[in-house]
Amino acid sequence: MAVTATTETGARPARAGRRPSGPAWVGTVPFLGYVGVFLLFPTGIVLFNAFRNPAGGFELSSLSTLGNSAVRGFFVGSIELAAVSSVAGAVLGAILAYAIVAGNPDGVVRRVYLAGSGVLAQFGGVTLAFAFLAAVGPTSGFLIHAGWFYDFPQGISLIYVYFQIPLMVLVFLPAVDGLKVQWREASENLGASAWQYWRHVGGPLLAPAFTGATLLLFANALSAYATIQAWENQIAYTVPQQISTAINSEVGLSNINEADVLALGMVIMVVIIMTGYALLQRRAAQWLR
Amino acid sequence: MAAITALTGEPEPTAGVAGPRGMQAGRRRRLNVFRYVVFTLFGLFFLLPLLAMARFSLQGVKLGTWSLTAWRQIGSYPGLLSAVELTLELAIITCVVVLVLLVPTMIWIKLRVQWISRAFEFLCLLPLTIPAIVLVVGLAPVYNRIRHYNLSALMLFWAYVILALPYAYRALSAGLNAIDVKTMSEAARSLGASWFTVMFRVVAPNMRQAILNALLLSSALVLGEFTIASLLLYVNMQVALYNISRATPNAGVLFSTSTAALLFAFVLLLILSYVGGRRRRRI
Repeated sequence: MAVTATTETGARPARAGRRPSGPAWVGTVPFLGYVGVFLLFPTGIVLFNAFRNPAGGFELSSLSTLGNSAVRGFFVGSIELAAVSSVAGAVLGAILAYAIVAGNPDGVVRRVYLAGSGVLAQFGGVTLAFAFLAAVGPTSGFLIHAGWFYDFPQGISLIYVYFQIPLMVLVFLPAVDGLKVQWREASENLGASAWQYWRHVGGPLLAPAFTGATLLLFANALSAYATIQAWENQIAYTVPQQISTAINSEVGLSNINEADVLALGMVIMVVIIMTGYALLQRRAAQWLR
Repeated sequence: MAAITALTGEPEPTAGVAGPRGMQAGRRRRLNVFRYVVFTLFGLFFLLPLLAMARFSLQGVKLGTWSLTAWRQIGSYPGLLSAVELTLELAIITCVVVLVLLVPTMIWIKLRVQWISRAFEFLCLLPLTIPAIVLVVGLAPVYNRIRHYNLSALMLFWAYVILALPYAYRALSAGLNAIDVKTMSEAARSLGASWFTVMFRVVAPNMRQAILNALLLSSALVLGEFTIASLLLYVNMQVALYNISRATPNAGVLFSTSTAALLFAFVLLLILSYVGGRRRRRI
């Protein structure tokens, strides 16, 4: 449907053979329509339903579910996992990014690591959990039999770090790349040691980018579902797992819109985090371009 | 500072290439040691789980033996092959729809409706901030309606296009910003080209690399997608693997299929980067 529509609008002014009389934004209508139906409408439904009570009326009390101690536990679990995996991923990823930038810009190592990061940052999901099960699973691990593999949050954090590090490299590398060699030369000419350079020049310059990237990693871990579900599907530790349970359990519903309310809670958290990320990115862009 | 750079005859460093260039030899040596230690450790961390999975897929009946049984099972394991086939078809459909939806719209916006570009970018990046698990809660009613007309699991592509939007958008906009679309289209238009020709025969071929990147990212995303398929009760490759893991934990076929899927993704990446690299050299 969208296919033909786009082509038609693209070609329409051509037939006219002159400045098209219709407003030019009409060309974006197919895209807007698609996004409206499959992105904005579903999001709207979630927000709409979150404020409804089981009888169909509207009230804010549905939101009180968020204060419920069991529900709070899922949010605490989610935040705990996201914090551990994003901080670990950010620190390790920053070290790797620095090591990559310090080398030859056209070198094989840089190309391999960048291409690899592109793939591995996307490589979450079920397969990743299986790979770790094969490597360090408690009974089947080839490397070690890690007894803590199914502990929350250590076990799952280790798995998350696997895709957090590459994401950090992708997001943070441009910032490290932006450190001008002249700044380093200038500080060395003035007699600064390496430590002083990082403490007073490099560090402060990279700080906004680093914090911003950490926030992005945090949001990334927060919304991950497939990996943790494949890792442990009996116990729900995080909000996404509980949303899935809420969707799937059709019987004995005490609270029809639990999934919507939980989803709303996630949207609120992610929006706050991503706003912080955007602000920090803007701050970082002042120096690093 | 610029003078110093000019004196040494080095080109203005564009991308912080020269980290080590301005250093004394001793520090550079230490930095290189640090780099190789880092590369080795991270390389091991990234490779070992994959190697362990590959090794497990070649495990015989007895521990420590080798066998291809798990790989032969891929074809015969109930439901697995059809799920793989479905995922591949979804990847193709999603890629096509993403390109058809984005490329003309982006070129058109760049040329004629600049004022909308900020809003457009916001919409394209929005799926990054809406977790798939949230999207699926809202998509459930939409899919109830879709199932009235079509029960095929291929209908998942509607949602996958949304998931792929941010990645495809970034790849394409990088390509679009690297070329002078305005001049190109003015030249083509003044030579009598239609808008259709401008888009598909002038601008699009010049952003081939960007289009390839967008294709790669979109198909990688579809190959690894689990959340939406699983919660909308469709069985794609990842869901099939998940089901196997729940039914028979540690089954060899689990690891052989996972390894095969990964290898496939890597090969895809290699092909695309090879094609792209050759193209760059020619320019």
